[in-house]
Amino acid sequence: MTHPLLSLRAVSKTFHSGGREVKAVDNVSFDVAEGECLAVVGESGSGKSTIANMILGIYPQTLGEIAFKGAALPGRRDLAHRRAIQLVQQNPLSSLNPRRTIGASLRLALDVHGIGEKAGRAERTGQLLEEVGLPADFRTRPPAALSGGQRQRVAIARALACQSELVVLDEPTSALDVLVQARVLKLLADLRKSRGLTYLFITHDLSVVRNIADRVAVFEKGRLVEIGPTASVFEAPTHAYTRRLISAVPVVTVAEAALRQRLTEDADAHA
Amino acid sequence: MRRTFSILLRNPLSLLGLILVSAVVLSAVFADFIAPFPLHRGAVVDFANFNKPPEWPYIFGTDLVGRDLFSRILYAYRISLILGVVVLAIAVPIGVAIGLFAGYLGGWTEYVLMRITDVFLSIPPLVLAMSMMGLLEPTLTNGMIAVTAMWWPWYTRLVYNLARSEKEEGYVLAAEVIGASKLHVMFREILPNCVPSILTKMTLDLGFVILIASSLSFLGLGVQPPTPDLGSMVADGAKYLPDSWWLTVFPGLAILVAVFGFNLIGDALREILGAEQ
Repeated sequence: MTHPLLSLRAVSKTFHSGGREVKAVDNVSFDVAEGECLAVVGESGSGKSTIANMILGIYPQTLGEIAFKGAALPGRRDLAHRRAIQLVQQNPLSSLNPRRTIGASLRLALDVHGIGEKAGRAERTGQLLEEVGLPADFRTRPPAALSGGQRQRVAIARALACQSELVVLDEPTSALDVLVQARVLKLLADLRKSRGLTYLFITHDLSVVRNIADRVAVFEKGRLVEIGPTASVFEAPTHAYTRRLISAVPVVTVAEAALRQRLTEDADAHA
Repeated sequence: MRRTFSILLRNPLSLLGLILVSAVVLSAVFADFIAPFPLHRGAVVDFANFNKPPEWPYIFGTDLVGRDLFSRILYAYRISLILGVVVLAIAVPIGVAIGLFAGYLGGWTEYVLMRITDVFLSIPPLVLAMSMMGLLEPTLTNGMIAVTAMWWPWYTRLVYNLARSEKEEGYVLAAEVIGASKLHVMFREILPNCVPSILTKMTLDLGFVILIASSLSFLGLGVQPPTPDLGSMVADGAKYLPDSWWLTVFPGLAILVAVFGFNLIGDALREILGAEQ
């Protein structure tokens, strides 16, 4: 039997704050198959970021087991596991060190994991930038010289630099404007295909989920309330919470967003 | 760097600071060429010209054994600057490293390191330096040791607070997720973001170190005669006020110029680099 790439079994996380116990994640189990894109949705405080942090090994789970390729992940990650599971953060303004060049930030991943010959690594950072649709000479620039969308592309390149298998995308497009959002989503979809990546896509934006996810997992107050193929969850949500979530968000597809953007631009041009 | 400089030149106050500091540094470095009586930095007596008010060629007057005050002030600047630079060169790396470890690692490391730092911070700085100088022999080297011992905790505190806020930034998380070592995160990721604040504080402190060293020697606990020192010059001259006013006024002004100049530049740097205090 082949193992799923990632599987969570009865995972719980309890935080202690001021003598009170807060159950951020409560008895959650799900699998992520190799090559799929699983969207994790829920309102803020639903525990989706806590799940991401446990998968990344930022802190250990209180109970349960997280397994990667069938083997339990240790609480203190070794380099091989760090390399396999990478992260793209929400805010590209803070995820790149303002005092280091783009090239230095990318190179860190190559240096830590000893990827490629030392002499070729500077060139490799250029190739990585080209893979995410940026010019190679951006590597000499500081993050401040880049736009939000460009920075997010760099963050994606950094996650690729490790030759990772699972990428945790923590609201990677919510800090970007709609048109840039669509381009970044397109890039992510292309990279998944060409590199055979697996995504765990955390978001509260259901319109994004429609465009990219194969399956959706819906969280409410730390519990997994619904999981299934995107289309069926959207068309026939079985859980009341999912229904509320879907009806509360105006669903906008990428095509609609592009159209809206064009219309506003036209309006601006005529004004 | 060039931008920083042009902003410095545009603001009249920081321009003044730049002029004062340049004057101090240049007179310290080129004292041998500027001083009309270079030998007067040592044990020289010239009773024919003792206690003279300012008049050519003694533009700041002469002291009680006939030495040119202007020449002595130039050499005193040299010693003050050397002391300031050496003190900061030792205190800053120590303070910064301890602050980084405490701020980034947290837990027991933070607890132990910061309590030690608090002990040093709780003793009034001049009292600490005075008691050390009282125990040790009053020489230039021991003066540096005493001032260094009271100076590093301020950098620990500064960097500790900076590191604690920087470690919440996404780039630290990114480096950790990649698997970078703790040392890399502290010294290559966090430290570069603390540099503006550290540089600003160093500039301000260069003035304060000169002031503290002068205070120590004013009390007779610093550099010993015949080595020229601004603090001991003021102390010696104070007995002959107000008649021989030049004995105190010029060394006092010299301290003022140095401290004021470094402060103006420090303030300007803080604004330009957007450093936090």
